[in-house]
Amino acid sequence: MSEPVKATSSPTFRRRSDTPFFLVMGGISACFIILIVLLLAADVVFTSPSDFIDALRKPEIQAAFRLTILSCSAAAVLSLWVATPLGYLLSRYRFPGRWLVDTLVDIPIVLPPLVLGLSLLILFHLPIFGWELEAWLRDSVGFPVTYQWPAVVLAQFSVACAFAVRTMRVTFDQIDPRAEDVARTLGCTRGQAFMQIALPQAWRGMIAATTIAWARALGEFGPILVFAGATRMRTEVLSTTVFLELSIGQLNAAVAVSLLMVAMAVVVLLILRVLGTGLNA
Amino acid sequence: MIELDDVSIHAGEFSLSGICMQVPRGKYAVLMGRTGRGKTTILESICGLRKITSGRILIDGVDVTTWLPGDRQIGYVPQDLALFPTLTVAQHLAFALRLRKRPQSEIDDRISQLAEVLGIMPLLGRKVDALSGGESQRVALGRALSFRPAVLLLDEPLSALDESTRAEMHELLKRVKTTTGVTTLHVTHSNEEAEVLADQRFELNDGVLTEG
Repeated sequence: MSEPVKATSSPTFRRRSDTPFFLVMGGISACFIILIVLLLAADVVFTSPSDFIDALRKPEIQAAFRLTILSCSAAAVLSLWVATPLGYLLSRYRFPGRWLVDTLVDIPIVLPPLVLGLSLLILFHLPIFGWELEAWLRDSVGFPVTYQWPAVVLAQFSVACAFAVRTMRVTFDQIDPRAEDVARTLGCTRGQAFMQIALPQAWRGMIAATTIAWARALGEFGPILVFAGATRMRTEVLSTTVFLELSIGQLNAAVAVSLLMVAMAVVVLLILRVLGTGLNA
Repeated sequence: MIELDDVSIHAGEFSLSGICMQVPRGKYAVLMGRTGRGKTTILESICGLRKITSGRILIDGVDVTTWLPGDRQIGYVPQDLALFPTLTVAQHLAFALRLRKRPQSEIDDRISQLAEVLGIMPLLGRKVDALSGGESQRVALGRALSFRPAVLLLDEPLSALDESTRAEMHELLKRVKTTTGVTTLHVTHSNEEAEVLADQRFELNDGVLTEG
């Protein structure tokens, strides 16, 4: 038998507030948000619509815009082609040397961009017993790379693909492998299970990976400068345009092109938001 | 007929060795034992999703030990069902037949036949994410039976169902047993299920498989 609990003393009431929590957290967060908004606002205020239109009328900038769209798209599609199988292998299988592959994939992400460009340049011009990759491509295949548009795509691809692989790996990690197992008992080979069960579930991730790769390719600058050069009308992309316009003192044109790239980046972010992949949430 | 001949399996923390089992053609065998003792591991080994370290696995007298899962002609209903999120119920029933490149008319016939037996006719056009537990269970069973496998493996198919749905599924499994005559190995820890369904009972305890 338990005795009724006696109230020994009346509880003390103290009303507290969550306001300081929100003030501190919100205040710190606001600093960063305000910085970004101010950056964009400054660009917009600095340039006038006529500057913007003038800049976009320049044939060099139009050529750079075209090359940017084409090279980014090529790099993004190539990245998806490579990232889908590689992301799947990394997600599904524990094979010897997996940690090494996993680490190697991330190298383009952590490598300083100029170093990556320099490494590409060296790779294509390193003589191996008198044989040189660039010379072979140029003379035998008829497809010169260095300081040509393919170099732009390759430089963009090297970094963009690493991001796409990460995205695809997370995508496949989130897909239950059991369904593929059951598909295999129903008569699928591993290849059929991948094509018929895993891939249809991965489409959001594939669009996200392509978009992320495209956005990374858009921002690529260092490796392109080193490996493809910055030849107007030939290997100039929008990020090099900003650099070239700045170097000849055309600040207005540089800012106008920057705004154009901001707009392109916003479109990419919107696509990611709409897809709601969870990678951007 | 399912035959395990001196099979050893290593899986993570535990290992099973010297497993021998024979389920004659057309019989309904129930495998019992406490959770985490390797019952699922045995099923996965039979259908080829898990490699065995030694011994032989025979299906209808054919040694399939080194065969790919897809070549073994085994219908498998895993405990988690693992339905295909992008396919409709009808596509689940057609999946194995499409892989076998059967003519469309035969596939359509089989779908309506299975849907009839399983009572899922009204669900055929639906995606699987909105199905109830019992409905999902029927779809998984239909998918496993669709290609008329030699052997059916069921991994605790009724554990997640409520009482009345479970009774319905008992009836359904009995009907499948009599109409198809497929050799079945059914893993459970419910005595009741064993009473109702089993022709033959196995028990797995401390890595030792006994028939009784």
